[in-house]
Amino acid sequence: MVEYFHSVVLDKDKCNGCTNCMRRCPTEAIRVRNKKAIIIKDRCIDCGECIRVCPYHAQQTQLDTLDKLKKYKYKIAISPMTLYGQFSLDKDMNKVFEGIKMLGFDEVVDEGYAADIITLIIRESLKNNKQPKPLISSLCPAVLRLIQISFPSLIDNIIRIESPMELAARLARKNAMEKYNLKSEEIGIFYITQCPAKVTSIKTPIGIKNSNVDGAISIKQIYGDIVKNSNTAGKTEDFVMASAYGINWARAGGQSKSIGVDSYIVVDGIDNVIKVLEEIELGKLNNIEYFEGLACVGGCVGGPLCVENPFIAKSRIRRLSEKHNDEIKVSKEYAMELYNSGFACWTEEIQSKGTMKLDENIVEAIRKIEKIKKLTNLLPGLDCGSCGAPSCRALAEDIVRGYGKIEDCIFRD
Amino acid sequence: MNEKNFIKLEYEILQNDFTRAGEASSNIKKILKQLGIEAKIVRKVAIATYEAEMNIVIHSYGGMIKVIITEQYVDIYAIDKGPGIKDIELAMKEGYSTAPNHIRELGFGAGMGLPNMKRCSDEFNIESIPNEKTEVYMRIYINKI
Repeated sequence: MVEYFHSVVLDKDKCNGCTNCMRRCPTEAIRVRNKKAIIIKDRCIDCGECIRVCPYHAQQTQLDTLDKLKKYKYKIAISPMTLYGQFSLDKDMNKVFEGIKMLGFDEVVDEGYAADIITLIIRESLKNNKQPKPLISSLCPAVLRLIQISFPSLIDNIIRIESPMELAARLARKNAMEKYNLKSEEIGIFYITQCPAKVTSIKTPIGIKNSNVDGAISIKQIYGDIVKNSNTAGKTEDFVMASAYGINWARAGGQSKSIGVDSYIVVDGIDNVIKVLEEIELGKLNNIEYFEGLACVGGCVGGPLCVENPFIAKSRIRRLSEKHNDEIKVSKEYAMELYNSGFACWTEEIQSKGTMKLDENIVEAIRKIEKIKKLTNLLPGLDCGSCGAPSCRALAEDIVRGYGKIEDCIFRD
Repeated sequence: MNEKNFIKLEYEILQNDFTRAGEASSNIKKILKQLGIEAKIVRKVAIATYEAEMNIVIHSYGGMIKVIITEQYVDIYAIDKGPGIKDIELAMKEGYSTAPNHIRELGFGAGMGLPNMKRCSDEFNIESIPNEKTEVYMRIYINKI
């Protein structure tokens, strides 16, 4: 098996071991050892909460730089839906796209166009979908990883349709190869990202063998340059391809609204997503058709690599989605052809990750649970984090797993 | 230290305590996941326990959930003091409920609790003495031999 790549990494020099990230982590994937945070790789879902909360900016995302563009003959940038929320509404988005192109790209693709296609596909495919309900949106990669780790019984509920990023890249590559007679390896596709989990999806994708995206550059990295370039840009191409429906995917609830399901539930913020997935697992939402769960508050506009305040960006997306030209520029027939041919679908099964498992042998695991219970009772129950684990119970688990010792607790009698 | 080959869990369930209801099932679920038990089985146990918890919260004067986990099976006992069930056969019918209106307004009391519990378990038994108590026993096999 390929080793699980993580985009969230720690800058050891900046970390002072403050425990902020450890307490915030929704999957208890962080420990502090020798005054430095460490990330337990197979528990991290790349939601980016630690990046958001770190006061020293020590938690970062592994990104590419524009230097990597040199490796390719033909360079394509995929501009995310969230970018529409990063500028005031009177900004000409074509100039923004031109601003990206001026960074050294040959082509800029509007991810919202792919979201339009997927909107049409989901609308159609919902009609005779046989999967267990509620169907779970495949948009947020952090939520997908959370399901793999903590809610494997819900894997069957996930729709097997690609994310807009991946579809946009796949279409762009095919198009460039045909139009300019290029080889696949001559084309470099870069996603302008709001989100560390998307970066992970490029390196170790879910549902497909290899991503069509070659690199990721964050909105934050190039925002200043885009603004500068867009102000000097003259006449531009017609870059904007997305309809109101596609753009709406950038905010929580936009996707459900675009696909037009009657009974749906939108949950944003990773802790809230966990709570509602618990309810789904208990069968309490079987009468709901569609579940849109997004790790970031506000949806993708709340991504930790965005520049604009998520609430402001969200409101802009809403207004754009109301104002923007409502016509989806793709035909339903074309979209369904992409679906029926499998072009817009996942090819691989989604694996559950048994990372919570204490032991391969169940008898041994039972013994370990008993030990954890006993150890937890010995600990003071303060959940202070001084030992370097997020709670007393987590320390007890670590001890049993061999990662910690009872002496790590400084308050023990 | 003498090492046991089973896990015993006990949760006290209070009458009308909706805020804490679900704690038992969610704890048990976590433990089963740590044991590496198949997701489908975990889900069955979670649903069975949750429904049992809710029944105690809604219908009884309080009670408890006891769970025994071994390598072969999970046993769940839901024991309460309360009005009991006068007609068990009727109570087992889908859609039959004695939950009062204020409970139904909370989205509970659809009459699916007991049938759901039975559906999730491999062995099921219910006994009740009216105006005294109700005891439900459920077994869910981890490895069916």
